[in-house]
Amino acid sequence: MNELDDITRQIIWNRLLAIVEEQAQTLMRTAFNPIVRESGDLSAGIFDIQGRMIAQAVTGTPGHVNTMAESVSHFLGHYRLEDMHPQDIYLTNDPWQAAGHLNDFMLVRPCFHRQQLIGFTSCTSHLADIGGLGYGPDASDVLDEGLYVPIIKLLDAGELNQTFMAILKANSRVPIEVEGDIYALIACAECGSKRLSECLEDFDLADIEDLSQYIIETSRRGCEQKIRELPEGNYRNSMRVDGYDTPVDLVASLVIAEGQVEIDFSGSSDLSPYGINCPLNYASAYTCFALKCAIAPEIPNNHGALMQWRVKAPQGSILNAQHPAPVAMRHVVGQLLPDVVFGCLHQVIPEVVPAEGTCCLWDLPLRGGFSTGAGSTRFASELVHNGGTGARPGSDGLSATAYPSGVLGSLVEITESVAPLILWRREYRQDSPGAGKYRGGLGQVIELSNSENADMSLFASLDRIYHPARGRQGGKDGAVGLLELSSGERLRAKGEQIIPGGEQLTVLTPGGAGFGDPMERDADLIAQDLRDGLTSVEYAQSHYGVVFKSDGSIDREASGDHGLSPGGADDHD
Amino acid sequence: MDKLARNGAPIRLAVDVGGTFTDVVLDTGDKYFTSKIATTIDAPETAILEGVGIVLQKAGINPSQVTGFVHGTTLATNALIERKGARAALITTEGFRDSIEIAYESRYDQYDLALQKPDPLVPRYLRYTVSERVDVRGRVLRPLDTATVSQLVTGLQQNEIEAVAIGLLHSYANPEHERVLADMLRAAGVEAEISLSSEVCPEVREYERFMTTVCNAYVQPLMARYLRALKEALVAEGITCPLLLMTSGGGITTLDAAIRFPIRLVESGPSGGAVLASGIARQLGESKVLSYDMGGTTAKICLIDDYQPQNARNFEIARSARFHKGSGMPVRIPVVEMIEIGAGGGSIAHVDDLGRLNIGPESAGSTPGPCCYQKGGIRATVTDADLLLGKIDPDSFAEGRMQLDSSLAATALSRDIAAAMGVELVQAAAGVAGMVEENMANAARIHSVEHGANLSEYTMIAFGGAGPLHALQLAQKLNIGRIIVPRNSSVGSAVGFLWAPIAYEVVRSCYMTTQRFDAETANSLLADLQAEANEVVCRDAGQSNVEVKRSAYMRYVGQGHEIEVPLPEGELSAEDSAVIQSSYEFHYQRLFGRTIPQRDIEFLSWSVEVSGPRQVLENNSEVPETQTIRASTQRSAYCPGLKAMIDYPVYERDKLIPGNCLSGPALVLEAQTTTYIPDVYNMYIDNYLNLVIDRRDI
Repeated sequence: MNELDDITRQIIWNRLLAIVEEQAQTLMRTAFNPIVRESGDLSAGIFDIQGRMIAQAVTGTPGHVNTMAESVSHFLGHYRLEDMHPQDIYLTNDPWQAAGHLNDFMLVRPCFHRQQLIGFTSCTSHLADIGGLGYGPDASDVLDEGLYVPIIKLLDAGELNQTFMAILKANSRVPIEVEGDIYALIACAECGSKRLSECLEDFDLADIEDLSQYIIETSRRGCEQKIRELPEGNYRNSMRVDGYDTPVDLVASLVIAEGQVEIDFSGSSDLSPYGINCPLNYASAYTCFALKCAIAPEIPNNHGALMQWRVKAPQGSILNAQHPAPVAMRHVVGQLLPDVVFGCLHQVIPEVVPAEGTCCLWDLPLRGGFSTGAGSTRFASELVHNGGTGARPGSDGLSATAYPSGVLGSLVEITESVAPLILWRREYRQDSPGAGKYRGGLGQVIELSNSENADMSLFASLDRIYHPARGRQGGKDGAVGLLELSSGERLRAKGEQIIPGGEQLTVLTPGGAGFGDPMERDADLIAQDLRDGLTSVEYAQSHYGVVFKSDGSIDREASGDHGLSPGGADDHD
Repeated sequence: MDKLARNGAPIRLAVDVGGTFTDVVLDTGDKYFTSKIATTIDAPETAILEGVGIVLQKAGINPSQVTGFVHGTTLATNALIERKGARAALITTEGFRDSIEIAYESRYDQYDLALQKPDPLVPRYLRYTVSERVDVRGRVLRPLDTATVSQLVTGLQQNEIEAVAIGLLHSYANPEHERVLADMLRAAGVEAEISLSSEVCPEVREYERFMTTVCNAYVQPLMARYLRALKEALVAEGITCPLLLMTSGGGITTLDAAIRFPIRLVESGPSGGAVLASGIARQLGESKVLSYDMGGTTAKICLIDDYQPQNARNFEIARSARFHKGSGMPVRIPVVEMIEIGAGGGSIAHVDDLGRLNIGPESAGSTPGPCCYQKGGIRATVTDADLLLGKIDPDSFAEGRMQLDSSLAATALSRDIAAAMGVELVQAAAGVAGMVEENMANAARIHSVEHGANLSEYTMIAFGGAGPLHALQLAQKLNIGRIIVPRNSSVGSAVGFLWAPIAYEVVRSCYMTTQRFDAETANSLLADLQAEANEVVCRDAGQSNVEVKRSAYMRYVGQGHEIEVPLPEGELSAEDSAVIQSSYEFHYQRLFGRTIPQRDIEFLSWSVEVSGPRQVLENNSEVPETQTIRASTQRSAYCPGLKAMIDYPVYERDKLIPGNCLSGPALVLEAQTTTYIPDVYNMYIDNYLNLVIDRRDI
């Protein structure tokens, strides 16, 4: 075998990144569940023989990606390397070993090259329904939450495990869809290992050991170097959020020392009796994601890049749930963790981290037609929508945009083509962002009803309905979210609730918080938001001190020194 | 329709206006005359007329003798990239004013906290709404509120709107409200151009449909003005033949259709390149071809099976963040399926924080250009690396009109790459070339996989200014054994225009499944689509003898992404459902490895393409009697196998004749480019004066 030089190693590294991206595209193109095929709720990666992740698709979402980084090692504990067959594929949905809840199924496929096992490909996707109470937070333990599949062989030397497929279909409300999604995962895993072997053949390599070492060490070193540029110290932050029926405190202590970052979530709330608990792998996934965004965004995500982050939470904490705690909606808490991390990092790199944002997806799992005698079209569908992100230190937050999640929002015409739903409105929500020198991103207004006027259930798992995103450096809080029926009844942030036939549901997603003093906001930007109807006249008066002339234009003289004062004039662009 | 010229053969002009150069090709029936001059951005017709004048003079032809004129331009693309289009408004369904801005609620870069999304083409205050609602099956849930139209008219007039896009929800299923609204606006005196989403892009997914319609409206006034001005200027010069336009789909269309749907003119240059490669493939009987076109800023790769480029329906235009996928605007139009990446001669090389070598997508373009151009560029580019590797002759670049300075290239590469990575200069240059080739190879692999193609069975056709410099190394990475470098390779796209048929494709969504196959609805829809396409091709362009290609976009019920499946010819009957199903399964298996048992399959959209006769290209793949030739000169160039500089014999391309053959290493120089042939290849000149290069079995 040739001794590789660094340039060749980098060329092969790029090839691996292309392979995992191809895996992700294959999964999206063959998947059935809309939140996978339309929204990209998936991940795909390549691992070395020790189970270390060396490449991961950019397409995908952090909750999957970073949990996946850990998970292949669980499979290695289960099957011996010497017993693996080139046509095997292993599977689990164990929340503690895969991606934090039972709906996420993970596949691992051994990759052989020149008859030798050289590594693994892995992929995860979200199955729409796996029985139990359904996809919501109301279960009292994980066994209520649906079918629990320990690590098994999905393909045994190329033979599909028909027993498993039959059990899976029998346990789902959408058997056709989940079967198709398992096929999609198989296509994804197979395409990855085929390409990996072709890649090694092209470069005349027997294995990926040297390459793996290079990728991991280069990434680890790069990450360490970035951390060493930061001042060492211990930084604390806490954030109170809605929880299920009582508020949840998320408390972090972040220590930067010796080229590493350690986050300890001691002091956070205890386990919830409902399914909003995070297994540590999932809490860790979003924590590491935030650290990477703020400190080392350019470094490709892999085992090496993740090594310099340490995440701890005491057992029994809401962020380190133990089996059999319910965890189905772990993302509603897990996705808030970046804001907790940013609150710590604001004390270190205030010029980088944003104000608080909506964070958790405002996804709306809806189900109808299953109750006895319902007579209406049966469906189980999940609409994916978002609020605004927090303002950045140099620019406004992003409106109706997913962060930290990487999934895509649903299009109205697609939603209506897969479920008996009509959306009457999906538009920016006026006055929802927190004011500031840079304002938060806007939330949106969504109005929907059942097209057959039938009852349906909403499995709410939302946050920031009672606790808004908080501003930084004088920036104001974002607007809280709201769920309301046309009857005027307000719905709770969490739990299964009925939307009676004929009623319309209005969803107001939260706004992101502002950054900096609103009185320093550039008058042109205020005028633009007024022109576009994103800000109302009353809001501009009360939050930005804008004074209007009789012809409706802004009286700049009387409106304070927006963008005119020294220091306020030049540092925006 | 062509007037016959001197010897009875048509005399045709093709003009490709690119961002940097305006290429003109004149086909007199027995010979091509070409010119390449700088594009005049503000008035593209100036350079066109100059270039046309040059080739007509070279050929001794009068303007009045010209019988055909085919034009492709980046003007529409550039207007979208540079935001220089019309003051446009959008009218949409009440409650959905922000669809084009909310889009997929996503970020194109997972880790960038400072990410900025592109501003919408139509700002929010110019996005109007009307009360109306149609459901997914085209049923009216709320009637169109015609009472508010007068308010709309006032708004449009007050804001001096030049172009209006109308995009209503589910209008692909029922276009009535859009049509009524447009009629009412016109009746109320609105003079702005009006684009309907049900005409521009009658397909499900409101974001893409509205964006395509908005993009169409945005470029429409500009393109209409420009095309009419060009037509007048040509007539004034005495060129009175019809002006035809190259489309993104690889066909040519009439002036009228182009003015109505100018969005279909984006990427017409690259699609011309794909047509060229298809034509050469046909001439040479190469049934599996990878077309590779590398210019100053980007490289385009396209697969051509059975002499036909692949078609697609999606294209992302004006990516704002360094070609980052998702940072541009999706348009849904028939396009030649290709992958375009930021890898060209001007692509800038740099070493990142991790010590990794990166190439592009940022480009030095033509100003300042690569360092060696001596026009002020100071960052190392791919061209600088190629020069240091000896692949380019600094004294004979651009027919000797431009002297290149190797020392400037060496300075930049030493500083930016060699020093940063701790390697020798020549290794740094080889690394830059190797990395740009790997980036292109990765793009080609992803593209081939999406189409289930095994590249080792393919032949590469390489052109564009930088294509022949990297073709052989790229081919090796892709395990491609034969590479063809066509004659006139640096103006390849314009040559392709001359070979393109008059063609028009129409796509429309209409839902059904194979289990409930409704042959009557399908036949009636296909007949409508065909009539629409016929109108352009037969009535406006006067073609008879048309070819019709029909296909359906299908998927398993519940999936989100369709694959294209060809439809049987003639009237469909109930039994055709099974035929279509097995055709679907065949294509699905080829793409994704295995089919899913006992599944219903759904039809999403239907497509009909009508095309006029293709240029009849003589097929002659015979290898001429070969004769080994000797080089007169030598120069030192890099040998990838030995990782060192060695002597390469140098040949001048325009002195080579059919049958001449040689073995690598060799450099074949022509006016705008060099074909770089490492030691493991043999080459001969075929009957069309193409370079045919084969890898030797080692």
